[in-house]
Amino acid sequence: MMLTAAEVDAVRLSLSIALRSVLFSLPLAILVAWLLTRRKLHGRLLLDALVHLPLVLPPVVVGYLLLLLFGMRGPIGGWLYEHFGIQLVFTSAGAALATAVMSFPLMVRAIRISLEGVDSGLEDAARTLGAGPWDRFFTVMLPLMLPGILAGAVTAFSAGLGEFGAVITFVSNIPGETRTLPLALYTALQTPGGDAVAARLATISFTLGLLGLIAAEYIARRVRRMLGR
Amino acid sequence: MFSIRAKKRRESFVLDVEIEVSSPGVIALFGRSGCGKTTLANIVAGLLPADEARIVIDGVALEQSGKSLRAEHRRIGYVFQDARLFPHLDVMGNLRYGEQRANRFVPDLQGLRVNPRRDLPRITLDVVAPLLGLEPLLSRRVHQLSGGERQRVALGRALLSGPRVLVLDEPLASLDAARREEVLPYLEKLRDELAIPMIYVSHQFEEVLRLATHVVLMDQGRVLSQGPLDELSLHPELRAIVGPDAVGAVIHGVVESVDGGTGLANIRVGTNVLRIGLREAKAGAHVRTQLLARDIILATSRPENLSVRNIMTGTIARIVPDVEDTELVYVDIGGASILSRVTRAASDALSLRPGLQVWALVKSVSIRGHAFVEGPPVKSS
Repeated sequence: MMLTAAEVDAVRLSLSIALRSVLFSLPLAILVAWLLTRRKLHGRLLLDALVHLPLVLPPVVVGYLLLLLFGMRGPIGGWLYEHFGIQLVFTSAGAALATAVMSFPLMVRAIRISLEGVDSGLEDAARTLGAGPWDRFFTVMLPLMLPGILAGAVTAFSAGLGEFGAVITFVSNIPGETRTLPLALYTALQTPGGDAVAARLATISFTLGLLGLIAAEYIARRVRRMLGR
Repeated sequence: MFSIRAKKRRESFVLDVEIEVSSPGVIALFGRSGCGKTTLANIVAGLLPADEARIVIDGVALEQSGKSLRAEHRRIGYVFQDARLFPHLDVMGNLRYGEQRANRFVPDLQGLRVNPRRDLPRITLDVVAPLLGLEPLLSRRVHQLSGGERQRVALGRALLSGPRVLVLDEPLASLDAARREEVLPYLEKLRDELAIPMIYVSHQFEEVLRLATHVVLMDQGRVLSQGPLDELSLHPELRAIVGPDAVGAVIHGVVESVDGGTGLANIRVGTNVLRIGLREAKAGAHVRTQLLARDIILATSRPENLSVRNIMTGTIARIVPDVEDTELVYVDIGGASILSRVTRAASDALSLRPGLQVWALVKSVSIRGHAFVEGPPVKSS
C-alpha cells in the first residue's frame, strides 16, 4: 500500500501532534491526579468536573471555547502573541493544545487509578527515613505511579491521533499544518472519488489505534511485574 | 533521658500522657488496642500533629511550645506493623533508602541546620546485616519475602537511617506465632547489642515480658502506671488488660549454675533459688521470668515429699480480692514479690493473712517457656 505525500504528511502530523499533546499535558495530569486523590482540597468536586468536561461536551464546543480563550484576540491567546509571538490558532501547536485538552481526562483517570493503588503509608515510611516532600514524590510516589502514567500517556497518545472536532474548530483544516489523519479522511470523503484514499486512511487509523492500546497494556504489565505486583 | 508529654483529642478517647525515663533501653507502651499507644507513637515520630506536645530526647527538643519538627527532620526510626517496604526497590534499595539520607543536615527547633548523626551511634550495614540475618536477602525483591523477613528488613532500614530512637508499632502483630518466634530473638539482639533506645508498642504481654526495660501501662489515652516490668507486673490494673490467666509477678534473677544432667538452671532471686529448665543459660546471666499467679501454690508449713522443684519462703504482704471468689496473695520472698491466686475457701482454711510466713511452690515445668535470658543488663536509674 503506497501512500501519497499528502497522506504521509497527515500521518506524520497526527503522530507529532499527539506526541506534543502528551508531553505538554503529562506533568499537569500528574499534578491534577495528585490533587484529586491526595489533597483535601476546597473545590475538589469542581476541579474533578472541569477535568472531565471534555468527555461529555461536544468536541466542537471545546474547540469553540479554545478559540475564545486562545484566539488572536482571546485573553490568553492575545497575551501569548503580544509577549512571546506565539500563535496557536491555525497552527499545529494549537492542534496539540486542542488534542491535549480532549485527552486530558483519559490521562488523569489512568494516573489517578494507579495513585489510589499506592499505599499512602509508604509516604509516611519515607518521611521517617528522612525524605522531604519532593524527595518522597520522586523516589516513592512517581515510580509507583509509573504504570498508570505510562498507560495514561499511551492511551492519550492513541486517542490524540484521532482527535477531530476540537481540532478542526480551533485550528481549521490546513494541509501540512493541521490536517491530521481524521481531518484528511474527512477531506477525502468530501472529495469526489476520494473513497479509496478514505479507506486507506481509515485502515491506518485503525492499525495505529490498535497498536497503541496493545502497547499500553503491554507496558503496564511489564511495569507491574517490575514493581512486583 | 526521654521526656514526652502529649495531648490529643481523638474520636474515642483523649490522649493525655506524660512519660519521663532517664535511661530508656526498651520502653514498652502497653495496653489494649485503641488505648492510644499508636497515636502516641505517631506523635513522637511527627506523623500525627498533637494538640499540645513536648518531646525531648537526650536533650534534643523535637517539639515544644508550639514549635514542631517535621517527621523527616526528627530522625526517629519507625517500624510499622505492616513493614511498608518500598515495592519498587529490592531489599538493598530499601536498606539504603534511609542510609542515603542519614547524613543530611536538618533544621532543629531553633532553625539552625545540624547533622544529628554526629552525636549518634553510627550503625552501618556491616553491623546490621549480620545482626538481623539479612545477608541472604539483600538482592531479593520485596514481594519474595516472608512476613518475618519483611519485618527484619524494615528493622534494618530504620536502623540505618541514623535514628535517635527506634519506634516499633506492634511489629509482630501481623505475623503468625511461628513468624513471631522467628523475629523476637532479633529484637532481643538489638536491645542487647546496639546502644539504640526503642519505644515498643504492643498489646502482647509476652513481647513486653521478653523485651521491655521500662513499661508504660496505658488505658483510655492515659498512663495508668509506669516503671520497671517487675513493679508493673504487680499492678492491679494489669489484670483487666492481660486477662486473669496472665496475671503473675515478673522477677529478675541471676544464674548461679546450670546442672547439665537435669538441664535445670539455679537462679538466685533475692534470698531464694529457683530451678528453671533453661539449658541455654550460662552462670552469671540475667534471667527474667514470669511466675503466673495461678501456678503458685501456698503452704503454711514446709511441705515435704513433693515433686515440685521450687519451694520459696516468704511472708504475705497483702491480700486483695480477685476474680470469681478468689484472692490474690502478694508474697514477699526476700528481695522480690510474687503473686498467688487462691480460692477464698483455701485462704479461709489456711487463715492466710498479712505477716504470715508461707512457702510458695511452683513447678519448674510451669515456668518453662516463660523464662528469658537477658543480654548485658541495661543500666537502670
